[in-house]
Amino acid sequence: MNVAFYIAGGVAVVSTFMVITRAHAIHALLYLVVSFLSLALVFYVLGAPFVAALQVIIYAGAIMVLFLFAVMLLNLGREARAQEREWLRLRAWIGPSILAAVLLAELVYLAAGGGAGAAGLPAPASIIVGPKEVGASLFGTYLLGVELASILLLAGLVGAHRLTREEE
Amino acid sequence: MPEAGWGAVHVVVMLLMPLLLAAGLVWAERRLLALWQDRYGPNRVGPFGLLQVLADAVKLLFKEDWIPPRADGATFVAAPAIIVTCVLAGFAVIPLAPGFVVIDLNVGLLFLLATSSLAVYSVALAGWSSGSKYSLLGGLRAAAQMLGYEVFMGISLMGVVMMAGSFNISRIVEAQQGLWYVGPQFVGFLVFFVAGLAETRRLPFDLPEADSELVAGYHTEYSGMKFGLFFIGEYMGITLMSSLITLLYFGGWLGPWLPPVLWFFIKTFIFIGLFILIRASLPRVRYDQLMGLGWKIMLPLGLVNLMVTAAVLLAKG
Repeated sequence: MNVAFYIAGGVAVVSTFMVITRAHAIHALLYLVVSFLSLALVFYVLGAPFVAALQVIIYAGAIMVLFLFAVMLLNLGREARAQEREWLRLRAWIGPSILAAVLLAELVYLAAGGGAGAAGLPAPASIIVGPKEVGASLFGTYLLGVELASILLLAGLVGAHRLTREEE
Repeated sequence: MPEAGWGAVHVVVMLLMPLLLAAGLVWAERRLLALWQDRYGPNRVGPFGLLQVLADAVKLLFKEDWIPPRADGATFVAAPAIIVTCVLAGFAVIPLAPGFVVIDLNVGLLFLLATSSLAVYSVALAGWSSGSKYSLLGGLRAAAQMLGYEVFMGISLMGVVMMAGSFNISRIVEAQQGLWYVGPQFVGFLVFFVAGLAETRRLPFDLPEADSELVAGYHTEYSGMKFGLFFIGEYMGITLMSSLITLLYFGGWLGPWLPPVLWFFIKTFIFIGLFILIRASLPRVRYDQLMGLGWKIMLPLGLVNLMVTAAVLLAKG
């Protein structure tokens, strides 16, 4: 179990790194899909098969296809790639690297047993989070958040309909 | 035989069966289409033209494996592999008989939806990476079509899941002991069947290929065995869809007298035949009609089915 977790986690980290460093938009997108798939595996190993399936169906299977759809329509050529390389110069890395280093230090501190939070975490796969538990918390504990998100989506839907309406 | 031994047998059977069935289907489809269109079909090579498939396979293998210079090499090669991998992975959760399944996954149905949603990448990437406008149009059509029809495919399945109270496919079949779900879930079955046709990109929904307008759509630039993989992927997709319809709506392996595996295959073959009959009899729809049908008719129908099922189950307690 633990080995699977670390392999999937490693793949997620490497593929996410590749997403950032690729100059080619579609190749970057494909690495992002791989990153999502390995994240789904991480969820599965941690005992949440339902969330893992949703991760693949919704993120990797639907949202990323929409991204791909848009990028395919843009027909980005050599110039776009050159520009992207220009943006990825060494100087641009300084700010994000410092921020990421802070987070990494925090993570190492917590993982090493510092702080109260780490001790309270359940051991991997000690409990299985099934569809029922996810549904109950979505429509119970987090009902307000779900409703707000749905209103936001509705607004987007109405906006899209208005934009694509044919003028009389 | 020990547990692990049976597991290995299941894996080998579930790998070979779809591939062999796909090969057989190429022949069966051509013969059946010919029958329904009043002509002979392939009947020269071997008895009943059965060896035609072998001849075709040899031809495909020896063809020049060409990658267009404007294509995006790595993606172009990966695209046909994705569809075959996704469909074959889907077969892992299909039970042929009680206990005869590779992984008896608790979220089996969701696993199937996940693999079928990943299969979209194959056609979309094939269309984009070919570097040809016909391919790109085919890829775009495929992405929009499969994304749209996946939405209510999932919704139509939820009726079955609610009635059985499980995502586990074996459990769904066992819950149909008294009554096949095609009765109480008839609307759901219809919606799922239409979505299945669109997901496998079959006539009347084969817009991504549409040979009369897009040459061959997303696989225009493919030749040799790479084209062969798309071809096999399509037939394995039909087999997967037919076995899903059998398992979810027609009681899977349940049936009197005959052994369970036989019942499963009889029912599956009936639906494969239905897929072919539909191809033989219906013309291709227009693209706006396809999208309109999906979002304006099938999606509301699926939602109503879901609500009514939920209400009835709640009223029964």
